[in-house]
Amino acid sequence: MAMEMKQAQAQARKPRLRGESSAATVWLGRIAVFVLAIGLWELLSGRAFNSFWVSKPSLIGVRLLQMIESGDLWFHASFTLQIAITGLAIGMLGGTLLGIVIAYSGVVEKWIYPYIMAIYSLPRVSLAPLFIVWFGIGMSSKVVMVVAMVIFVAFYNAYEGIRNIDKDLMDMMKTYKANWWDKLRWVVLPSITVWILTSLRLNIGMALIGAVIAELVGSNRGLGYYISYSSNMLDTTGIFTGLVSIMLIAILLEQVINIVAKRLLKYR
Amino acid sequence: MPSSNHPKLDIRDLRVEYYTKGQNTVALEDVNLKIADGEFVSVVGPSGCGKSTLLKIVSGLLKPARGEAKIDGESIKDVPDQVGMVFQNDALLPWKTVQDNVRLPLAVKGKSKAEQEQEVNRLLEMVGLSGFGGFYPKQLSGGMKKRVALARTFAYDPDIYLMDEPFGPLDAQTRVKIGEEFLRIWEKVGKSVLFITHDIEEAIALSDRVIVMTARPGRIKAEFKIELPRPRPFYDIRFDPQFKALQREVWLQMAEEA
Ligand SMILES: Nc1ncnc2c1ncn2[C@@H]1O[C@H](COP(=O)(O)OP(=O)(O)O)[C@@H](O)[C@H]1O
Ligand SMILES: [Mg+2]
Repeated sequence: MAMEMKQAQAQARKPRLRGESSAATVWLGRIAVFVLAIGLWELLSGRAFNSFWVSKPSLIGVRLLQMIESGDLWFHASFTLQIAITGLAIGMLGGTLLGIVIAYSGVVEKWIYPYIMAIYSLPRVSLAPLFIVWFGIGMSSKVVMVVAMVIFVAFYNAYEGIRNIDKDLMDMMKTYKANWWDKLRWVVLPSITVWILTSLRLNIGMALIGAVIAELVGSNRGLGYYISYSSNMLDTTGIFTGLVSIMLIAILLEQVINIVAKRLLKYR
Repeated sequence: MPSSNHPKLDIRDLRVEYYTKGQNTVALEDVNLKIADGEFVSVVGPSGCGKSTLLKIVSGLLKPARGEAKIDGESIKDVPDQVGMVFQNDALLPWKTVQDNVRLPLAVKGKSKAEQEQEVNRLLEMVGLSGFGGFYPKQLSGGMKKRVALARTFAYDPDIYLMDEPFGPLDAQTRVKIGEEFLRIWEKVGKSVLFITHDIEEAIALSDRVIVMTARPGRIKAEFKIELPRPRPFYDIRFDPQFKALQREVWLQMAEEA
């Protein structure tokens, strides 16, 4: 018993493996790469390249601050965020439920699956104009676009997650005479949590792409609109500022997911 | 239904087949086996002879192609109420702590939170894991996981324990220790056990009866009544001359199959 306890403690304290670098080295390296890239851009722009075409980090920074101050950034970003998050929520929920239902649907799965994959192979970006015809140029057509972008990955991950559930665990639940609700709570949902988090992570990017593309196609607000407007004005600094804003939002959302994932997967 | 009229478990003319990829495998053939209430029966046999299949039939997870299995005189259709399984690989939920894993059958039965907690504490103490309730399975050694799996099955408190090579993956030392503890607990609980193992010594030391099976398709080849007195010293019994004689006989039967 005492020996077993020691083993348990040794497992709890994970020693750093050889070849694994410390967090400080990693972060210093990352900062160095960032400074180098931005520095090169700043230096070469206006010297090696015409800054009219490639703008400059300093100009983008100034524009960003101006837009924060004037409230323009929030005006556009909040619109894009609202579309992306609403669509992400609907698409994740719908896709995940669909994945679970179809994985358990028996022969129906075999009827439907190839068609779902056929639709998935469609370049969904090209559906944006269709959604505008169907739902107008307001918010709903854009949310539908985002849903179309994210629902397949959500579906696929939930479906694969279900198929990868440890059969012994389900048999174990059966021998305890668990009802479907207990099976779902104790085994199915925790089993597919890893898969759902993966799809969520992939889908953050997809949702932003969907929202921005929908705005590019037709809108009078949002970061996508701001980019296309700047492009019409030949304002490259504006284009880059829009892109940087989208990137910052993606990074922010990803961090939120990482925190959630750490909590949900702390048993691993 | 009065259990005195029926054996606890009654398996008759059992034949089990698997179909996969158009292939038909006969896993068990002509298996007849009765287990009395409170009897400890072990099954030994070469790997792939259908030992796990036998347990799946008794736990209602698999349907026989012919014959039937009855518990308390009633034919097994769905998963019966009376059986509790200890899986070869523990089948612990990795995302649940030790206490939640042990709590599972109690929660499924709809016991109150207070009852669950009290029972979990009692069981963890019984298997020597008090203080580990908050650990995740990942943080435990193989022997400790096995104790959790046992505690969970004790929590369910079935009439028949179905155990599929439960101590198989453990090292020799831990294996003897856990076997000893299990025997001590079982002697108090006194429920029927159908125990699968490939370890002849373990089978004899634990059981009232040892069944030897043939290679696939599995049939019952020989049966040995173990009349060593109880309570038994799980390890020291191995030096008993009667034990040695039995061990030799069982081994001879098994050797013909390999
Ligand atoms: N799900 C399955 N599909 C097809 N054949 C199987 C399946 N499970 C077991 N078998 C076959 O049935 C035989 C008995 O298997 P099993 O009961 O697991 O044997 P044991 O537990 O004695 O090692 C083996 O030959 C195995 O290949
Ligand atoms: Mg087996």
